[in-house]
Amino acid sequence: MKKTVIILLVLVSSVTFAQNKNAKASINVDGVCLMCKERIEKAAIKAKGVKSAIWNVKTHELKLIYNERKTNLKTIQQSIADVGHDTEDIKATDEAYQSVHPCCLYRDDKVKSDH
Amino acid sequence: MKIILKIVFILIPLVIQSQSTIKGMAMIKNSTGKTEGLPGATVYWLGTNVGTTTNDKGWFEINYKPEYKKLVFSFVGFKTDTVSVNELKEIHHFMVEKNDLDEVTIKSRKQATAKSYLQSANVITVSSDELLKAACCNLSESFETNPSIDVNFADAVTGTRQIKMLGLTSPYILITSENIPTIRGASQAYGLSFTPGTWVESIQITKGAGSVVNGFESIAGQINTELVKPFTDDKLFVNLYGASSERFEANVHLNTKLSDKWSTGLYLHGNTHNKKHDVNDDGFMDMPIYDQINIMNRWQYTNPEKGLVTFINFRYLNDSKQTGQINFNPDTDKLTTNAWGSEIDTERFDASLKAGYVNSEIPWQSIGLQAAYSRHNQESYFGLNQYDILHNSLYSNLIYNSIISDSRHKIKTGVSFTYDHYDEFVNTTAFKRTENSAGAFFEYNFDNLDNLNLTAGIRIDYHNLMGTFVTPRFHARYTPWEKSALRVSFGRGKRTASIFAENQSIFSTSRTINILSTGGDIYGLDPEIAWNYGFSFLQGFNLFGRNADVMIDYYRTDFQNQIIVDYENPQELNFYNLQGDSYASSLQLEMNYNVFQNVDLRMAYKYYDIITQYNSGKLEKPLTSKHRLFANVSYITKLKNSGSQWKFDATYNWLGKQRFSSTTSNPNAYKLPKYTPTVGTLNVQITKVFSPKFEVYLGGENVTNVRQKNPILASNDPFGENFDTTFVYGPIFGSMYYTGLRFKIK
Repeated sequence: MKKTVIILLVLVSSVTFAQNKNAKASINVDGVCLMCKERIEKAAIKAKGVKSAIWNVKTHELKLIYNERKTNLKTIQQSIADVGHDTEDIKATDEAYQSVHPCCLYRDDKVKSDH
Repeated sequence: MKIILKIVFILIPLVIQSQSTIKGMAMIKNSTGKTEGLPGATVYWLGTNVGTTTNDKGWFEINYKPEYKKLVFSFVGFKTDTVSVNELKEIHHFMVEKNDLDEVTIKSRKQATAKSYLQSANVITVSSDELLKAACCNLSESFETNPSIDVNFADAVTGTRQIKMLGLTSPYILITSENIPTIRGASQAYGLSFTPGTWVESIQITKGAGSVVNGFESIAGQINTELVKPFTDDKLFVNLYGASSERFEANVHLNTKLSDKWSTGLYLHGNTHNKKHDVNDDGFMDMPIYDQINIMNRWQYTNPEKGLVTFINFRYLNDSKQTGQINFNPDTDKLTTNAWGSEIDTERFDASLKAGYVNSEIPWQSIGLQAAYSRHNQESYFGLNQYDILHNSLYSNLIYNSIISDSRHKIKTGVSFTYDHYDEFVNTTAFKRTENSAGAFFEYNFDNLDNLNLTAGIRIDYHNLMGTFVTPRFHARYTPWEKSALRVSFGRGKRTASIFAENQSIFSTSRTINILSTGGDIYGLDPEIAWNYGFSFLQGFNLFGRNADVMIDYYRTDFQNQIIVDYENPQELNFYNLQGDSYASSLQLEMNYNVFQNVDLRMAYKYYDIITQYNSGKLEKPLTSKHRLFANVSYITKLKNSGSQWKFDATYNWLGKQRFSSTTSNPNAYKLPKYTPTVGTLNVQITKVFSPKFEVYLGGENVTNVRQKNPILASNDPFGENFDTTFVYGPIFGSMYYTGLRFKIK
């Protein structure tokens, strides 16, 4: 019993320790243009706990720095999906997707090839 | 009738334009494979003359009619593309470089002077392109094509130009070089002419309160000059200049890369003018004869991996001027009544260090240190008046940048320390003063990434002569609709006035100089304190398919205390603390329009209302006109493949009547009217660029030969009681022509 408690305590503290204030992550977010970039970065930064977000138009890579104590990758991805962009783990609802500017409809092959 | 027709014709396209437009962007892949907007690309409807160019981000907006089907994108060095347009949606088009031109680097035509739509403060950025419009020669002459800054003559003997912003003279403007205050104290009178124009990379003009980061002294605004940097400046740059007045200037820049991290640059400047001119036959030189040597050495260290940048600068200046009566010989006539003459010798040494560290792990965290030392020594006499000043100055500022919670909330905080020692000798009296201050500041910036950006700052300083005080500053920008920016600002400034150094023209008069106030710590005077409030609105739009913008701004400065420089008694010059009201209001209307491709027009109207309570009553500030007009037209021919190009520029300035300070107690011969006549001057310049390496320019200043006939009062009796050189409202010399060349190797 005592052992379990100790192990638990160690685990808990190590988990707390791992909760980095400036955690870095890089995820894939779908989009096509600089308007998308603005929308994605804005959505990410407006999510609580995100400190910095930079999206690359070409590689579709979103570089994040966020506070792990306040948020997690899933929550951040949800806020990006909410403005209409598919992320690695969360697909935007059709409703949200349709809300983006017509030029940014990245699922459309024609729009994709335009860019 | 004709007028009505004209108006109708002007209105029709406006109506059409308001029907519908289509937006889009011309894009390229840059060398690192990133997508970027392509500025300056031409976009037009095939088979029509409806066209536009992309802005600095690559965006464009073009009028649309259903019958327009094919949109053409073109840009020098890129393949011209035609895109079908079937519906009103945004067009994002990638442009591809022509292969046969691969080795040619394409430079887009950026705006020479840009106003920001995004920043919270009203900042005007003047690029080196704009500076080239007036080829001559030093910082004080760089503002002639800029309507926000007025360039005036300080007096009729030294020919020094004085700048004003919002109607207030340069002591009320914080003038910095790479954010280190440079033109203060002793250098206030001639300092602007001590920075050669070719050293300047760009100028940022902030109207209104300014930032707390750079200190508490700015009242009307801030002028920051960025100097050329060893890392980016041309390997070799040579500029030669000669004018019909026999003024000659030479500039040489030498830049070397020492390693992949260290670069160094040596910047040499010399100017000379040794011909005595007297076009108005008053026996006095129209401009001083002078020699100047100015040397700067810069060291730059950049280490992008570690996020380190360092600049180390050394500067040495030696300037000597002689002016006064043509027949004045300094060897025999100095400080005698044989002839009236003046010599001003200045020696200045500057050293500064800037070091910055950006945390590469956490990109929003950075620390910067600025430290500067200067020694300024001026020895001079003006007729029988003697004036010497030695000013030693130390400046240091430590700035920490970070964010609160996320990158929308940025903060700057830090501490600063300054030390100034003034050692002055005015005729028979010595004045010594030491000033030191220590302060801490905090500035918060909020950007909602959309339509609001605000900066609020506060600083607390302890100053040995001014006590402990708080300086708040605030700037905000709101974008109510597209291509617009609405700004407000307010802030407080406080400073000590170095009355003699700032008003050296008073020595070239027969006035007796009096300080009427006692009890203060600075020559018996109190510190100057003022609040500045401002409002501005900028709107960009399309007129006949071409870019245009209009700006209106209004600023008001209210002095709580001011050192009044009172010229109202023609036999005296009195300094005293303000008792009553003193304010400066300025209203500026400005319009920029790209009339045709490659033709830009800038027009401005300014209204000043500057009222001060003098001992003799509430009066308009002397020699400041209420109404001013400004116009600049520039035309640049298309850049040929060989890199050759013509550039044409013309600037017109008009000043309304200006009040002369009172001369009613003078004998009739020396009485001046109440107001000056109006003055209009025209400057022109032509530049022929032969290649990116070599260009030649030719220009004329004041080509219509406008002159103030008798700038010196009682010039026939310089040692009599009515001699005065401060009543200058216009050019003294008349028209002047110049030519020069620029040669550079990248």
